[in-house]
Amino acid sequence: MSKKEIDDRFKKFGTVSFIGQSKVNDFIDYLEQGKIMGTKCRDCGMMFFPPRADCYKCLTSNMEWFEVSKPGKLVTFSKLQFGPIGFENDLPYIIALLDFDEYKVFGRIADQVPENELSIGMQMKAVVNKLPNGQLNYVFERA
Amino acid sequence: MGKVGIIGVGQSSFVRGFPGSIKELAFQGFQEAMKDAAITSEDIEASIVCSAPEYDKQRSPAGVLSEYLGLTPQPTCYLESLCSSSSMGIRMGYSLIKSGLHDVVAVIGFQKMSEISSAESQERMGRGADLQWESPFGTMMPAYYAMYARAHMDKYGTKPEDLAAIRVKASTYGQINDKAVYRKAVNMEDFANPDSRMAGSVASPLRVGDCCANADGSSCIIMASEEKARALSDKPVWVLGVGAASTTVNLAGRNLFTGLTVARDAAREAYAMAGIGPRDIDVAEVHDCFTIAELMAYENLGFAEPGQGVELIRNKETYREGRIPVNVDGGLLSKGHPIGATGGSQIRTIVLQLRGEAGEMQVKDPEIGLVHNIGGVGLYGNVTILGR
Repeated sequence: MSKKEIDDRFKKFGTVSFIGQSKVNDFIDYLEQGKIMGTKCRDCGMMFFPPRADCYKCLTSNMEWFEVSKPGKLVTFSKLQFGPIGFENDLPYIIALLDFDEYKVFGRIADQVPENELSIGMQMKAVVNKLPNGQLNYVFERA
Repeated sequence: MGKVGIIGVGQSSFVRGFPGSIKELAFQGFQEAMKDAAITSEDIEASIVCSAPEYDKQRSPAGVLSEYLGLTPQPTCYLESLCSSSSMGIRMGYSLIKSGLHDVVAVIGFQKMSEISSAESQERMGRGADLQWESPFGTMMPAYYAMYARAHMDKYGTKPEDLAAIRVKASTYGQINDKAVYRKAVNMEDFANPDSRMAGSVASPLRVGDCCANADGSSCIIMASEEKARALSDKPVWVLGVGAASTTVNLAGRNLFTGLTVARDAAREAYAMAGIGPRDIDVAEVHDCFTIAELMAYENLGFAEPGQGVELIRNKETYREGRIPVNVDGGLLSKGHPIGATGGSQIRTIVLQLRGEAGEMQVKDPEIGLVHNIGGVGLYGNVTILGR
């Protein structure tokens, strides 16, 4: 019997990824294609971001993917001067939250957008970003 | 069903780099509480040990502490809800007594934050959020609270100076609390001077002076049934309400960024249990891990309407002589924040206040006090109401 292959695609997410295995590992394949995807429960229609494999309301795992493509509104943000181990080369960087009405997306502001050009409520879009170390995440740019 | 009382309170000094083991650290809070209650280890029927496990090297600390404190063969267990662990311990102790299972319970909180190196600590901080979806962006506790501060400033016009004023208040009382880790004065000028350490940005808009002091420390609260409390103590303080709540870890799952829903929800439950409202509170301890956290607490606890909390600090209403004194022991900002010990230390402060034993920090004749203790970034909330 051959050794069972481990699906640890999630290791590619973010500057430092802390886990590899998840039932929503297709999220990484979509990132490779330039798409940021959430999941939607086929039974009750609830939309989830971050994507999840299971619906706690319906107690089912009947999900389909949807793309985060329209612009969202900037809810809040902060520019970090200190970071955890492994993030030193990224400093300083800005973390932020966008509101898309049905769901919200937590991520980073794109490096080329300075802090003094940000204002709460402004329209931004989430785009896939390839990090210098080959990892993938997503960042927010002006819509 | 009788009431639940507190018959003994204790804490160690909060220090940087405690020169001993976690057992010896826990002993200090335990010793003070047991002497305060004037009882012995045999009187304790069960213990609850509270800390945040990311700082523990010892696996399952409840066992070694219970051995060292002479609490075997009575049952013990470990409990954590991050920074609100020992307030959650009080809530569990309350239910053990209320159920009739035990009559006397010790809630022991401790944290030796210096148990791990600062590099290890930096690494653990990166794992404080949802590991899968938020930590890979490089998140930190101050940055999350900074996001709340930014939203509060944007919606209500709160100024960085309002936050600085909360730190100045904390330092006023840190200077007169001999258990505090930070005993120095902090002035508004320290924030205005760009060369000052206090003014350096950590995560905008929060600065060094907006952040609490890490520390090693322990606390211990002895709880008892009404019958036992009356028999063992001539100055019991009664637990009137124990509210608690939780919310999503992921910020993406939340809807409020100018306050903490867990504080609001836990307060609602605690006030209802106690049959009182915010106006009945004479003295309060709130979880000021960052200055913005104290400001939001004013509003979430109902001391001020949303957006009006700044008026309390601007008018010095939360000073010792004000309408609603808050954190007149220095708070987490100056007294220090040894995670698992913090809630117990807050409870101790309020018990001493209600007994009239708070010394130089004493508020005039308080009858009802409140403790607001938060775990994580508004993830877990505990509100405890105590009365004479």
